[in-house]
Amino acid sequence: MLAANFRIETATAASRTIALAGAGLVLVLVVLPLFVSRGLVQDMIFVFYMLALAQLWNLLAGHAGLVSVGQQAFVGLGGYLLFAFTVILGIDALAAIVLAGLVTGICAFPTALVVFRLRGAYFAIGTWVVAEVFRLLIAQWKQLGGGTGTSLPVSVTNEVAGIEWIKRVFDVRTAAARDMEIYWVALALAVGTVLAVYFILRSRRGLALAAIRDSELAAESVGVDSYRTKLWVFAVAAAATGMIGALIYLQKARISPDAAFTVIDWTAYVIFIVVIGGIGTIEGPIIGVIVFYLMQRYLADFGTWYLILLGGLAILVMLFAPRGICGYLSERYGISLFPTRRRLVSDKDSPGM
Amino acid sequence: MIGWIDTVIQGVLLGGLYALFAVGLSLIFGIMRLVNLAHGDLIVLAAFVILVISRALGLNIFVALVLAAPILFGIGYALQHFLLNRTLGRDILPPLLVTFGLSIIVQNGLLEAFSADSRRLDADALETASIALGGGLAVGVMPLMTLVSAVAVIFALNYLFYRLPLGRAFRATSDDPEIAQLMGVDNRRIFALAMGLAMVVTAIAALYLGTRATFDPSIGPARLLYAFEAVIIGGLGSLWGTLAGGVIIGLAQTIGAHINPEWQILAGHVAFLVVLVLRPRGLFPRAVD
Repeated sequence: MLAANFRIETATAASRTIALAGAGLVLVLVVLPLFVSRGLVQDMIFVFYMLALAQLWNLLAGHAGLVSVGQQAFVGLGGYLLFAFTVILGIDALAAIVLAGLVTGICAFPTALVVFRLRGAYFAIGTWVVAEVFRLLIAQWKQLGGGTGTSLPVSVTNEVAGIEWIKRVFDVRTAAARDMEIYWVALALAVGTVLAVYFILRSRRGLALAAIRDSELAAESVGVDSYRTKLWVFAVAAAATGMIGALIYLQKARISPDAAFTVIDWTAYVIFIVVIGGIGTIEGPIIGVIVFYLMQRYLADFGTWYLILLGGLAILVMLFAPRGICGYLSERYGISLFPTRRRLVSDKDSPGM
Repeated sequence: MIGWIDTVIQGVLLGGLYALFAVGLSLIFGIMRLVNLAHGDLIVLAAFVILVISRALGLNIFVALVLAAPILFGIGYALQHFLLNRTLGRDILPPLLVTFGLSIIVQNGLLEAFSADSRRLDADALETASIALGGGLAVGVMPLMTLVSAVAVIFALNYLFYRLPLGRAFRATSDDPEIAQLMGVDNRRIFALAMGLAMVVTAIAALYLGTRATFDPSIGPARLLYAFEAVIIGGLGSLWGTLAGGVIIGLAQTIGAHINPEWQILAGHVAFLVVLVLRPRGLFPRAVD
């Protein structure tokens, strides 16, 4: 007979350490733009938004079984909504980012109505079709430049709330202050996305997602409403993706349908990051984005050969280490930095097992 | 009025091309439940193979197609044997992501080899030849041949499926791969043969793609989407349904373009979404997903 009391735990000793280290890292990242060059600040903005996009794609594909190759639909929509809110309606850019996210999230519902009729791999191509429809529709929006696109007026980019304050406090020029502000928003979105995904996965809904992923039939038989759970995740991911899209195009300050809805930048790169790092884990995209950033920085000049290399690497990882760098590490050493799995722990056992 | 009738005729003929794109995709899905995201890029690859052969040997493109077919069969066989067979299983992610990676490799490989220039397959006199239908209407010989080829390909494939031993093996593996294996069918070889066969169909599609309009390495993904839409509209598992799906996309595109040239592609996609909402399993469903 076992006399010990049992508890359900998700945290491990390693995860508690990493939580502290992570908080420290975020603090360092917050003050970083005060000490480094503008070039690095801009690079970090890129890393942050790619990380956030990767986390969201991973939430869909790795946890909800919704493998999308059409996330560019929501990136592009968010970007265009930012332009519409700021240029046409004269709303401040920061508020416009939030609004763009909300509206994109709402647009996810009619989208889901259509694409949720397709399953598995067909869902993937269906999302791609939807992204093309968004691109072609927005190319008809003459007020925002139609097929050729448009630029944000300087009055919008330079008068974002807070820029004057940053200029005064840190004594920098407008352009530098803009970079810093976008850097902080990007950092907030990236950290917010990581935390949101983590807490979603630890919540009841996360448990439902894991159940659906493992066996949809069994999950439904114990009362999980799989359609609503998936719909909810799809809409949340779309809203967050829309906000990130809005931020990306606030930084770029120029938008066109072909760039905003490109499958390479907003889906292929994102998938690469997740696959290399490790699908179905939170630390995977974090490692993946670092690998991707280094490759982008040192190899992107090779153009087509670079893309061939990315495609080839993704195929090799998928064939020989399907769970990516993280899966390899956790299999080999049992490390899990963001544990979401519930484990039964006996008080007699040492915790952290 | 004449304009509309002409639009409808052109749409049906264009549908023949989309059906040819779609048959390869449908074949692969039907036999091994593999959705090939590189399908569009493989069509473009086939067009370049035909182009290179006809230019290098100074051959008519139809003769070049006959030479290209075995090469593409080999490419398809090798692709399935060495790469795609490893991805098949219960998990849908490996095949999807591997073919997505393959799509990027093929597209950029072609870009590296042939640059982004627009190319065209030269069909000589056939290109401008047309048959008068009276009342000021005429159909081009090449578009007509496209539709006829699509019908012929589907007839030939149905004959193969229902009359020949290889077709029986295809159907058996499709129905139940484990039992088929017990009966002595080598699934992996069957899959490789199926992919080779799909590539031959792709080569036929590529010939008409290249004579109809210009092509360059970047146009693959759009062809994948048209093919996919035709398959879904037609209903999984039915090749005649796929032809109907291709015709519907072709019609939607030409009618859309007739109203406003900017709406051509959009109209095709919208037709697909409408069918998906009204008849999620397609018009002539046979297989269960």
